[in-house]
Amino acid sequence: MLTIGVLGLQGAFREHKQSVEACGHEAIIVKKKEQLTEIDGLVLPGGESTTMRRLIDKYDFFDALRQFEQSGKPIFGTCAGLILLAKKINGQADAHLKLMDMVVERNAFGRQRDSFETQLEIKGVADDFEAVFIRAPFIAEVKENTEVLATYQDKIVAAQQGQFLAAAFHPELTDDHRLMQYFIDQVKKNKLKLATN
Amino acid sequence: MSNVGTNRVKRGMAEMQKGGVIMDVVNAEQAKIAEEAGAVAVMALERVPSDIRAAGGVARMADPTITEEVLNAVSIPVMAKARIGHIVEARVLESMGVDYIDESEVLTPADDIYHINKNDYTVPFVCGCRNLGEAVRRIGEGASMLRTKGEPGTGNIVEAVRHMREVQKQIKEVSAMAEDELMVYAKEHGASYEVLLEIRKNGRLPVVNFAAGGIATPSDAALMMHLGADGVFVGSGIFKSDNPAKFARAIVEATTHYDDYELIGQLSKDLGTAMPGIEMNTLGEHDRMQDRSE
Repeated sequence: MLTIGVLGLQGAFREHKQSVEACGHEAIIVKKKEQLTEIDGLVLPGGESTTMRRLIDKYDFFDALRQFEQSGKPIFGTCAGLILLAKKINGQADAHLKLMDMVVERNAFGRQRDSFETQLEIKGVADDFEAVFIRAPFIAEVKENTEVLATYQDKIVAAQQGQFLAAAFHPELTDDHRLMQYFIDQVKKNKLKLATN
Repeated sequence: MSNVGTNRVKRGMAEMQKGGVIMDVVNAEQAKIAEEAGAVAVMALERVPSDIRAAGGVARMADPTITEEVLNAVSIPVMAKARIGHIVEARVLESMGVDYIDESEVLTPADDIYHINKNDYTVPFVCGCRNLGEAVRRIGEGASMLRTKGEPGTGNIVEAVRHMREVQKQIKEVSAMAEDELMVYAKEHGASYEVLLEIRKNGRLPVVNFAAGGIATPSDAALMMHLGADGVFVGSGIFKSDNPAKFARAIVEATTHYDDYELIGQLSKDLGTAMPGIEMNTLGEHDRMQDRSE
């Protein structure tokens, strides 16, 4: 059994925890940076990215999260989590964790009245994934090292780069755990790899 | 094919606000202070509740100039208040692109019998409740988020505590009921049987429930989180305090780490004077905003 952490500073972390548990693994809510050493993979949940960033800074999570990344462990960001991962955010002078080689656009589909749900084809995961987009971002640019997993109206809404997985929508708001299972499979592979090295 | 305004999209928006603080603001400058302090959303108003209370008269939807100013000032979601039952104020706010509408007893009700049928709207609504019956009626009308009513603009937490405890107690009662008992409960509380069944099955409300109405200090915010709130609204508390930016940051942190008492102690130091409060028994029947709707 794997232990997956869900960053619990703000947002829909309870739903991600339930999703991990539904996949048969242990989930812990990470509120203190010391907890990062106990986990095999980390989920950055949906919420408000500006709020999460403030709390990340306040509690010295910034360096701890970058250290976690350097240990080679996988990170999965959804919506605000995707924004936290990006190297560049359009219209903002600075980005947050800058771990994934991508440019993102915030609130890219409009305000709340434009939020929507749709069926998505996600490469290697499903061809009928129910995706809920809430004031969602999209990925405006990726580099060659990043694999595009899903697009909606020609905009990139899911991508993977090495140990990082990012989705612009909210898999945790549905009972469809296939994307979480996909992430957990990556964590499992990674753990074996780290153990043999 | 895609669908807008579904229950999942409307309720999901409130799920993303969990563990956060939503702050009342009356202009762009305050909105920016709130965003900078880590608010998950702002509520754009013409006057904060304590000023509405002081001004008296009829309180209505804010001048759209103010709402627009706030919408343009921040990247976090913007909420705004419409009068209870005022279908047109709500449609105007929806057309402006407001992210959430509060059908609020803080404003003077436009309809003393009917609330807005919120299922008709693409934009989600938050409504106040004092007990489970009221909560379930609002959910039946299409509210995607709830909050305690408390007693707005008083800086006195006692009513919000009463309302949160009452809802939590009644959820426990309902969870232990047989179906025949639940039907009678539905009748007695004027609540939808189907929604009650769902609450019984999951042991919780189907939508997020925030605390509101009287939160004045970081400890107040943490108290409401202890009692089961998913997050907090702070109305007059922040911008009626001596140092709003510091106060706002302290409330955000106390809400995140509501069980870290040492931290809350640190946060509460040298905050200056909190807003002056009002004792409940000094309020006349007509001053009680929470009793303006059922």
